[in-house]
Amino acid sequence: MKSITYYLLLTILLPALISCGTNVDNKEIILATTTSVQDSGLLDVLTDAFRKETGYKIKAIAVGSGEAMALARRGEADVLLVHSPKDEETFMQEGFGKSRATFMYNYFVIVGPPDDPAGCSQTASAKEAFARIAEKQANFISRGDNSGTHKKETALWKETSASPKGKWYIQAGVGMGQTLLIAGEKKAYTLSDKGTYLAFSAEGGKSKLALKIVRDGVPDLKNNYSVIVLNPDKFPKINPAPARRSWVNLAGAQAFADFLVSPATLKLISEYGRDKYGEPLFYLMGK
Amino acid sequence: MNEIFDIVRTSLEVSGLSLIIAGVIGIPLGVIVGLSRFRGRKWLIALVNTGMGLPPVLVGLVVVMMMGRSGPLGFLGLLYSRTAMVIAQTIIALPLVTAFTIAGIQKIDPELIRQTVSLGATRLQFFRIIIQEARLTILVALMAGFGSIISEVGAVMMVGGNIRGETTVLTTGILQSTRMGMFNQALILGGVLLAISFIVNLALTLIQQKRTDHY
Repeated sequence: MKSITYYLLLTILLPALISCGTNVDNKEIILATTTSVQDSGLLDVLTDAFRKETGYKIKAIAVGSGEAMALARRGEADVLLVHSPKDEETFMQEGFGKSRATFMYNYFVIVGPPDDPAGCSQTASAKEAFARIAEKQANFISRGDNSGTHKKETALWKETSASPKGKWYIQAGVGMGQTLLIAGEKKAYTLSDKGTYLAFSAEGGKSKLALKIVRDGVPDLKNNYSVIVLNPDKFPKINPAPARRSWVNLAGAQAFADFLVSPATLKLISEYGRDKYGEPLFYLMGK
Repeated sequence: MNEIFDIVRTSLEVSGLSLIIAGVIGIPLGVIVGLSRFRGRKWLIALVNTGMGLPPVLVGLVVVMMMGRSGPLGFLGLLYSRTAMVIAQTIIALPLVTAFTIAGIQKIDPELIRQTVSLGATRLQFFRIIIQEARLTILVALMAGFGSIISEVGAVMMVGGNIRGETTVLTTGILQSTRMGMFNQALILGGVLLAISFIVNLALTLIQQKRTDHY
């Protein structure tokens, strides 16, 4: 019986022992980010460059913008990279963010079946295109997951005053890539960020979608990305933790925000994707 | 290629360590529960059996709530680390290992147990004989445990965060590649996952069948 007790003790202690090696380190920051930045591949380029420049290691948790802010409200992140302007404003007003900078944008695209049954390509705005989809009751796949893209879609429906209800309106509750696959299978329209759409429809890719862009480049499809540094005062240290006054690694988060808006990084962002898709995936504010 | 190698190593380290811990706790626990008679034993066994169907996402959720910065174990700063993944996977594998061990122990001839005790075996000798007798089932227990955690995606995704080069394992890597439209890479990772499962199970089966070949 003695040996069993010994083993039991050992297994309880073992995880604790391992944890000593991975203790909270000020050179580590947690970034909660929208999936589109990771899925497009830009995030890896940025975090690698950031690490080389500053030595900070970024733990990037890619979730939807809504979930990223929810994580941050609980203090589970140090810095956010999100694209859901309305929610970001609320987030700032509530005092969770210390600073916020909108530093890049791209466009959402409305994609749909190649024959475009609702005639979206003849419209002059996303609002009009959405109104036509609702009028024709053409199949539409919604992300339905509180992500930035979903929020944008909801806002567009609100503007059209058409209520997205009925058999034609399908709420998928999955990520962007999978939503595109569903739209392709069901001959449906959907709203997507351009980067993910391009990645999924890339020439030679095994995942060629039976979809095409029916509306893009119009002002009401603009998609702004912001970086938000968390406010450490909102998350005072409640547990005995190493060296830091707060859970939030302010120095690291600030360094990352500064890094993102530095000229060298902005150049990196504005060129990303050009070699692969013939056009950049993200644009700089004011350009 | 290097990246795939890293992902494979993370998978093996996380699931391997989880299986070892689950085995070290689950096998003795299964032996004790299998051999002894006490009040509420049937309830306990029913509970362990229910644990075999424990949804990994639920385990993930609970571990996230416990280990998050705002959770009771937040001071350890372990969320989004391999340690957190090991803890979650151990919780998933433990009921499987325990339940199979209990089943194996109960199949041992009671006469053998009585003889072993009456011949004056020490606790350790007794334990060894029991394990030897239930060897077949205990290896099944380990295979079932390993199969469930190496192929599990819900818990590792939530508690590990799928951080590139650190907590990405084969299953979350497949998910990530799929999300990026890189179906080829996803399939490669899937193939590697199956190959690892096969090799591990082959090794365990060889150990399991080693002595029975003589019959």
